[in-house]
Amino acid sequence: MGTYIVQRLLGLGATLVVLSMLVFALVHMLPGDPAQVVAGVGARPEDVARIRTRLGLDQPLHIQYAQWAQRILRGDLGRSAITGEEISAMIGPRFVNTLRLAVAGICLATCVGILLGVVAAVRQNTIIDYITTTLAILGISFPVFWLGILLVIVFSITLRWLPAGGTGGVPYMVLPAVTLAANSTAVISRMTRSSMLEVLRKDFIRTAHAKGVRSSLVILRHGLRNAAIPILTVIGLQFGVLMGGAVLTESVFDWSGLGRMLVDAVFKRDFPLIQVLMLIFGGSFALVNLLVDLAYGIADPRMRY
Amino acid sequence: MGLVLGGTICLCALLAPLLTPYDPAGINLRNARKGPSWDHVLGTDTLGRDILSRVLYGARISIQLSLISVGCALAVGGILGLVAGYCGGAVDYLAMRFVDILLCFPSFLLALAVISVLGRGLDSLIIALAVSAVPRFARVARASASSLRPTEFVQSAQAIGASSWRIIATHILPNSVAPLVVLATTGIANAVLIAAGLGFLGLGAQPPTPEWGLMVSEGRGLLRVAPHISTAPGAAIALFALSFNLMGDGLRDALDVQAG
Repeated sequence: MGTYIVQRLLGLGATLVVLSMLVFALVHMLPGDPAQVVAGVGARPEDVARIRTRLGLDQPLHIQYAQWAQRILRGDLGRSAITGEEISAMIGPRFVNTLRLAVAGICLATCVGILLGVVAAVRQNTIIDYITTTLAILGISFPVFWLGILLVIVFSITLRWLPAGGTGGVPYMVLPAVTLAANSTAVISRMTRSSMLEVLRKDFIRTAHAKGVRSSLVILRHGLRNAAIPILTVIGLQFGVLMGGAVLTESVFDWSGLGRMLVDAVFKRDFPLIQVLMLIFGGSFALVNLLVDLAYGIADPRMRY
Repeated sequence: MGLVLGGTICLCALLAPLLTPYDPAGINLRNARKGPSWDHVLGTDTLGRDILSRVLYGARISIQLSLISVGCALAVGGILGLVAGYCGGAVDYLAMRFVDILLCFPSFLLALAVISVLGRGLDSLIIALAVSAVPRFARVARASASSLRPTEFVQSAQAIGASSWRIIATHILPNSVAPLVVLATTGIANAVLIAAGLGFLGLGAQPPTPEWGLMVSEGRGLLRVAPHISTAPGAAIALFALSFNLMGDGLRDALDVQAG
């Protein structure tokens, strides 16, 4: 088990390095001159040149990358090109906000999704199965932001039960979390259902039933545990999707998180900020996948090579 | 069933100029923000434009966007994956590592990143959509190719000295088509969803293009008084995605494919 973990961690490290290079290259392909952006519209050419030197932008690209990477590793995330604030200060609270939303979303999606999937598999080809399958297909077809808007229309405007937007405690979190979770719930439930169906056909399930083990125990302990692997993969992937969806959901609900920050940064061409944010998004996805891989190791001892 | 729905949508899109009672760009401020009525079946928007017409024209745009981008992604990703899977070894390893890194980003963020480089507008949108779809096609193509590599007919083709390209084109490609087609249909659904999302944020199509996502965002501030402005195009998006997802599911069952 130990070697497995170490291998995976090394893989993560390598991925992060390449990721950072990709992100760096991407931002430097952006049209527009970062020095010009910082200098402002009416600046004189000498000022722009001076700023360029100060920001180290006149160095060859790989040197710039090395400098940037070193600074990041030291914890210095740089300053926003637009507001000049320290990026690390800007990110802190918003990261927490986005994380809260994403965690709420994934928990909701996992619980409801697995529940629906198991029920559909166990009661295959009955009304319940058809209903859940239909809901699932609808769930993946709905645009995230439209669902959010619909929820706002129903719950905020017509029923006045929940606030329509803004950041805050639980009441503010309900609608965005549900919106985020909808898509993932659908995907998770579909995967759970198909994975469970495959497992439930197997001989050892029949043996367990024949031995007289209680049905619910059979399903949960034997069935679900063995069906877990593809489900876990999907959950990991969904976390990534959730991060992407967070961008839209945060925009609809005015939730003060990293997603909206990224959109603003893209609009304003705030290069340093875009770099850091993309790194965070990609990195957290890679991290979640690592955790999923580790969870494989626990769920299925055969995988610990 | 998906085919029926999808077919209807395509038909509407093609016939849009004939079906639309009004000019989608026709601004008529006196008519602004009216709810659905006999005159304007889906109501009008803030500038008095007929929503039904805009939705129909939007269908054309969505179809163009998704077909072109998925087509490109299929071509590029497919070739990349097939070659990587067939060659194996270092080529395979490098190509797949690269694809894995791209897959680190959710497709939406990848598309967002490409848009930030290329700027807003329809052309960049198409490229962004294609780029965000390539990794998946590459993955699936590679899986097909590498599973076909050790089969008998490929080996016999190699034995008689057929060139690699010929083998790929005539043997591996036809046998890999099934999962790729399924991926293409769901890919079209996803492309429209991503495009709408970007449009909603203002990063995709620009006004006055009647792109569905853009239309939804235009109605956002008026949810209390005129919810139809946002709901109609949103429903269109959902129906479009739904039909292609259904098609994909149906195809998958028919072709008995197990790709992820």
